[in-house]
Amino acid sequence: MSASADAPSGVPDTVDLLHPAAREHGRAASAETPPAPPVSGPSGLSQAVLLLIGTVVLAGSLMVSVRIGVADVGYTDLARVVGPRLGLDVEPLPRLIDSLIWDLRVPRVLMAALVGASLATCGAVLQAVTRNALADPYLLGISSGASTGAVAVVVLGVGGGAVGVTGGAFAGALLSFGLLLLLLRRTGLDSARIVLTGVIVAELFMALTSLVLTASGDADSIRAITHWLLGSMTSTRWDPVVICAVVGVVGLVVFRLHSTALDAFAFGTDTASSLGIDVRAVRRVLLLVTAVMTAVAVASVGAIGFVGLIVPHGVRFLVGPLHRSLLPFSALVGAVFLVWTDALARVAFAPQEVPVGVFTALLGVPLFLLVMRKRGEL
Amino acid sequence: MRIAAEKLSWSVPGRTIVDDVTLEIAPGETVGLIGPNGSGKSSLLRCLAGLRVPTTGTVLYDGEPIRDWDARRIARHVAFVEQATDTDSDLRVADVVGLGRTPFRDRWRGPGATDRAVVAAALARTGLTELAGRHWKSLSGGERQRTHIARALAQRPWCILLDEPTNHLDIKHQLQLMELLASTDQTVLVALHDLSLAARYCDRLLLMHRGHLVAAGPPSAVLTPARLADVFEVDAEIGLDGLGNPAVSYRGTAHGATASARIRP
Repeated sequence: MSASADAPSGVPDTVDLLHPAAREHGRAASAETPPAPPVSGPSGLSQAVLLLIGTVVLAGSLMVSVRIGVADVGYTDLARVVGPRLGLDVEPLPRLIDSLIWDLRVPRVLMAALVGASLATCGAVLQAVTRNALADPYLLGISSGASTGAVAVVVLGVGGGAVGVTGGAFAGALLSFGLLLLLLRRTGLDSARIVLTGVIVAELFMALTSLVLTASGDADSIRAITHWLLGSMTSTRWDPVVICAVVGVVGLVVFRLHSTALDAFAFGTDTASSLGIDVRAVRRVLLLVTAVMTAVAVASVGAIGFVGLIVPHGVRFLVGPLHRSLLPFSALVGAVFLVWTDALARVAFAPQEVPVGVFTALLGVPLFLLVMRKRGEL
Repeated sequence: MRIAAEKLSWSVPGRTIVDDVTLEIAPGETVGLIGPNGSGKSSLLRCLAGLRVPTTGTVLYDGEPIRDWDARRIARHVAFVEQATDTDSDLRVADVVGLGRTPFRDRWRGPGATDRAVVAAALARTGLTELAGRHWKSLSGGERQRTHIARALAQRPWCILLDEPTNHLDIKHQLQLMELLASTDQTVLVALHDLSLAARYCDRLLLMHRGHLVAAGPPSAVLTPARLADVFEVDAEIGLDGLGNPAVSYRGTAHGATASARIRP
């Protein structure tokens, strides 16, 4: 649509920025191509190249990570697992080893990548929407709602075994998000109120979780829940991977469509709407999408902390704050980061597995401090 | 484009902030919006910029009511500059100016050649070409406001509305900013606190008081001691500066009714 398409009569195609007195000079100057202004982030072509490199690094990380763990897996083994499923004429592995790799290791590694990408991009989006550098995907109270749901299933036996931890956590996450929207219904989706209301909702559900645990939890269920709360991909199977992949891809496309709007949020609501952004509608869509993405991630693998906070900050440091670059690189870096921390969680204290959330924080804290120091903010 | 308001009112529960304002601004004019704190200047500007929906009355762009226009369409006609808005985001000057292209950008594509050319022109127009790569945090208050004006120019709007853009600026940067605004081809409506600054650079002044538009016209006609006593509650003298523009000097505050009664003929 051109600038004049919906303008009232008499609107010319171009409005000269120049003062009439300077016009002769200005015309002469604009005859040559003006130098491209130095905007942040890589230009179109170098961005494409960098994204390609990032994708190759991610693919490599996935392959290496699949090999790491209690049972060592070679690349030929990997080929013999994947090959037959692609209809290639490769001799399959013995059934037990094949199942170990295909049903346990592969989905787990893919899940790490998907959750890492989802949390990192959700963090970047929420940081822009709330204009709060400390925002992360759990800001909306979704992880607290999920833990309450998980506890209700594991400890109280809600659902009578028909819903697993995942189902309970997802229901709890949606419940907490519903409550958040209900509380925000009258006030609108103002950034400061989103943050405050999110904190309130999170506190409420955390209290409920603690209440259930102390009132009815036995040692075993408390241990199971603690493990889940810190996040773990141990028990990942194919079904949640497929759900996470579908939700994640849809979410990334929605985010990508809003990257210009997200940039325009930098100076607040009024400036954003004066730039042609329907602030209310955009906030509603983005909150809904981040909520569903986070709920699916948390329900699948627990509340893995720090990825959604640290990765966007680190990526901003590398490619600048414009979302056209920030979002895809956050997805890639988040995926690679979680694939490696999960691999580390598997082998660091093998055969004992450490919840991956412990390592994201242990690695994330020093990285975060480093980035903040480089940016001169600490 | 001719921007106008017809019987425009804007209320919040229990209070009418803008009360029955009718005005019209001719293309190319530089108009100053003056009035004490809380007189409704900011709200009137936001209604005219399409950021608030009037409770009653209409805003018209070239005679066409904008009530049903979406934000994007409005943004292709009118730009808005808030007073001293800040960001934590580590944007560069060229990034911020590039935000002005938002209403013209395709959702799938990055900025195109036109966008880059317009941003370059807006940077040149505001004298920011040298600073284009600088980060927002490293800018002075004056440079930040100039960046916002360049961002507004990058919208290639018909009209720029500004809410007290000279606040917190030192005198040199106040003058620089007003010179820039007065010299643009765009229609400019600017809310100002400094009456002398308004008189010096504006073709016309609009005076707001308790939500009403109480006077409109050339600075010399709007700025009278009686009005200043009435509206601003100050005891002021209106002289002429070296260039023949009205210049306001203050003797002190006027003490409400007694003072205005004393000054009024």
